[in-house]
This record gives sequence, structure tokens and C-alpha cells, in this order.
Amino acid sequence: MIVAGIDVGGKNVHIVIMDDGKVLAKGMAASGIKKAESTTDLYNDLLKQAGLTRDKVQTVVATGSSGSRATFANGFIPDVAADARAMAKMYPNVRTVIDVGAEEGRAIKVDPEGNIKDFAINEKCAAGTGTFVEAMSRALEVPVEDMAKISLQSVQAPTMNAQCAVFGESEVVSLIHQKIEKKDIARAVHDAIAGRIGSLARIVGVEKDVAAVGGMALNAGFVDSLKRDLGVDVIVPADPGFVGAYGAAYAAAASVTAEQEVKKKVLEKAQPKEGK
Amino acid sequence: MAEEKKVEYWRWPETNWINPDIDWKKGQLITAGVDVGSVSTQAVVMVDGELYAYGNTRTGSDSPDSAWRGMNFALEKSDMKVDNIDYTIGTGYGRVNVPMAQKTITEISCHARGANFMYGPEARTVMDMGGQDCKAISFDDRGKVLSFLMNDKCAAGTGRGMEVFANLIQVPVWEIGARSFQIEKEPPMISSTCVVFAKSEVVSLLEEGKPENEIMAAYTSAMAHRIMELLNRLGVKEKFVITGGIAKNEGVVKRLEKELGMKTAELKWANPRYIERGYPFDPQLAGGIGAALFGNALIKMGKAKSAHKA
Repeated sequence: MIVAGIDVGGKNVHIVIMDDGKVLAKGMAASGIKKAESTTDLYNDLLKQAGLTRDKVQTVVATGSSGSRATFANGFIPDVAADARAMAKMYPNVRTVIDVGAEEGRAIKVDPEGNIKDFAINEKCAAGTGTFVEAMSRALEVPVEDMAKISLQSVQAPTMNAQCAVFGESEVVSLIHQKIEKKDIARAVHDAIAGRIGSLARIVGVEKDVAAVGGMALNAGFVDSLKRDLGVDVIVPADPGFVGAYGAAYAAAASVTAEQEVKKKVLEKAQPKEGK
Repeated sequence: MAEEKKVEYWRWPETNWINPDIDWKKGQLITAGVDVGSVSTQAVVMVDGELYAYGNTRTGSDSPDSAWRGMNFALEKSDMKVDNIDYTIGTGYGRVNVPMAQKTITEISCHARGANFMYGPEARTVMDMGGQDCKAISFDDRGKVLSFLMNDKCAAGTGRGMEVFANLIQVPVWEIGARSFQIEKEPPMISSTCVVFAKSEVVSLLEEGKPENEIMAAYTSAMAHRIMELLNRLGVKEKFVITGGIAKNEGVVKRLEKELGMKTAELKWANPRYIERGYPFDPQLAGGIGAALFGNALIKMGKAKSAHKA
């Protein structure tokens, strides 16, 4: 049974195509301003890569803040549900999922079956999202990919006072003027965002195991700050950015299974009748 | 090849002024207020409680420098020296870094006092819309603060947010207000609260080909809405006045009036003589004026001594 999961986020699209749990193709692309087009393009590319045509895919489920732009999807699930489902499959011991994307941050309490017990979301303020680190890296004149590397070299960081990404940029500039080393400022930036995410996680309650997913989980500097803020170890799955897409794909597979079961039951019930 | 000059759309013009009707040498008491904000600095010099000189400048990276720059700019066309000033009070975000000040007073008190002087004793609520924060202050007929609320955590609803927007849309910040009314129909407001997210939203609107003026309307009405949240919590009493840089942005002010169902005070002096003589009115001066007036009062009450008179 071939299914696809599509996660259209604020910045990137992630797509996974699976056959009975085996990955046939996966990929990501910048979602850009024309999110519907970039989503369709990436999907077509991946189908080609896997040697498939659209009709071979039984069900497509979309998720993410702009999941509705995946116009060809058969269904949609919220991103918190996608995360919960993916975790139940990948790391059933995880009770708290922290998902930080480009424009949203979420903390989700999940059970081993992939049900959501509680969640908290920040989608209003850039300070608790990947955008914050990006903006600070610009002010710091350090490529965003290098932020993790340099911040991990730091052993001591100043505390950022600004809670707002706009004010944070000015603060980073003034820290540079104060001759604070860039690596220490990078660590301060990660501490700041980890502080925001930590507060979000404490709203739902931090219960072990804790996993970090979403694009920001690729930033080891942030994960390090998050561990310190929460005071617990944080698991980072192999493809943290793809967790939402995996969750959507698992949901697609489950819906096909459920549909088949319903059909089977209907047939079972119908057969004796026909027999009479 | 001619080098293209980089336009800085947020860079509002600096201003200074000297009162031609006052001979400061005949004055009894010269006091000054230096309001070092996060974005702008105002130095106001008053002679016997009358406005004598002001300088309105941008704050640099260093507060003491900015205070000096503001003060020197205020006195640029006067033969008065800083040493001639009896008492100086620092206020604003950078008030502890005003080298020529003998005392500091919070900008909350100074704005209320300044608004009372500028807009008259009927003023009861002032919304100070500064560079990095906004404050709603309620006060009495003598300019004494009764209560206040402020937002200094988030750039949404602040002058800094407007500057970021001006830079993005590439329209000088002082033109945004007027242009936001050159539209056919009032558009829905920008839905993002966060300035960073609002930027992405503005970029998508530009990509969609929405007219610039309409986007300015959408942004200014979002800002007005944002300020409303603070005002609703404080409770607004008339006369309602706006101080700070955003007071000059009619796009925000008129939309705020509409949402509030209340007029804001006109940008003019309560003192008829000041109007008659054509003294320039700048809502950014409230903090500096308030500080200078506090200095005057302190010395008169004998609670402070002149810095140079024995």
C-alpha cells in the first residue's frame, strides 16, 4: 500500500512517500510564496524519482500550517496530530514532543498510541521560532548553518534581555559593539529561544522521554541550550524536519487500513445475507 | 559609473528650534530635560517654565553621546552654554546615561507632565508611542500619574516596527500616514501580530500585486488595533492625547480614533500664545518638556539646588 505524507510549513515543504512503512522517496523544498506550486512540483519530482504515477498512491494526507495548499491531498491532519503519530511509530517512549519550525513552536504531550494528551502552540511571535535564529544570524553576520557550530564552542554566554526578534537584532548589534565574541552571542541566541520553547513545554508539563523535532532540531546548538533549559536529555530523530511528513504518511496508511477494515466488515455482514 | 545612493526610508529628519521671543540672559531659572529614548533623543531647554529650545535627534549606539548630541543640537543656534543651565533631568530608556543631568525621572512621569503642559489641563490619558515601547498613562489635571500600562517586550505597535515596515515597503516613514488614505477601499488589517511575521505577510501582499497604499492602510490599521488592546485595559478618559513619533502618523491615529470611537487631541499647543507666535509643535517633546518642568518645580520648592549658582 503506497501512501504519501505532505508537510507544508511556513518555510519548507517536506514530503515522504511510503510503501507499507518503507520509504520510497522523500524530499524537501522551500515553500516560498507560491506554496501550492512548490508543493505540487516537489510531489511530482518525488513520484518520478520513485518511478510512480499519481494513481499508484492510495492516499495522500497533508499537514502543516499551510497544509491546505497541498490541493491534491485526500485528507488533512493538524501538525500536532502528525507529530504524535510519528512519535508513536518511531519513538514510543517519548511523552513530550517539542516541535520548532520556521514560524511556529509547539510542545505536545503524547501517549504511546499516538494520541495527543495536551499541547501548547506559539504561532504569534517569532521569538520562539526558527525565524528568530535566522534574524539573529543576520545581525551577527554568521551564516545560519554555522550558528550551531560556533555556539557549541562557547562555554559562557551573556543573557539576552530582548524577548522580541526585532529588539533582539539591536541587542545582538550592541553585544558585538561590547566586543562579546560571536560564539558567545550565538549561544546567547540559542539560550534565548530555548528559554521561550522551555516555557511553552512547561505549560503542558515536561515528561520524559523528550524529543525535539522540526527544522530547528537540526541545530545542535539550540538542542544543547534546550537540554540545559529543561534539565533533561532531548532525543533528536534522524530526520527531525521530516517528522510531520512521516506522521501524515502514517495517518494516510492508517486511514487506508481503517477503510479496508470497514469494507471487510461490511462485506462480512453482507455475505450471509446473500447466502440466504 | 555613478554609485547608487542607498535610501534609508526609516531615517526621519532631525529638527531643532530656538524661541525668538526669549532672552535667556534675563531668565531666572533655566532647566533642561533630556529624553534619551531607544530610537530618538530630545533635549528641551526651558527658561522660567517657558519653552526656549529643543533638539530632536536619533539615538546612536551610545546613550551619553546621544544625550550630548541632542543637547548641542538644541543649543546650536543659541549663545547659551550647557553650563548656563541650572538643572537638568534625564528621562527615557537611557536616562541613567545622561552625563549632564543631576537627576533622573521615569519617562512615565515626564510624559504625563509634558502632555499636561502641551495639551492643557483637560488632558487625562496619554498614549506615548515610542521607538521601542508604548505606554498608556492616565493622569490628573496637574499632570500627576494615576496609573499606566506598557508594552516594552514586543516590537508590534512601536515606532521601531513602523521603521522596519517603511524600510521593507521602501516608502519614507513620514509619508506612510498620508498615503495610507489614498485608497479605494479599506483593506483587512495585517493579521500577524509579530513584526517579523508581518514582514512576510507584507511581502506576500506585494507579490500579489496589492497597491502599496493599501498595504500601508493594512499595516497602520493593525498597529491601531494593537494599541487598542493596551488602551482597553487601561480605560481611556478624554481628553485623549498621543505623544511620541507615531502621533505624527495620521494613518495610525485616525484608525485608532475610529476604533476607539473618540477623537484624539489636535497636535497643537494648549497655550494660545504659543499658537499665535507659531511655535512648532512636536509630540515627541513631551518627555523632555516634562523633565524640564520637573527641574523647575524642584528648584522652586527648594528640593534641588542649581548646578552652578552657589
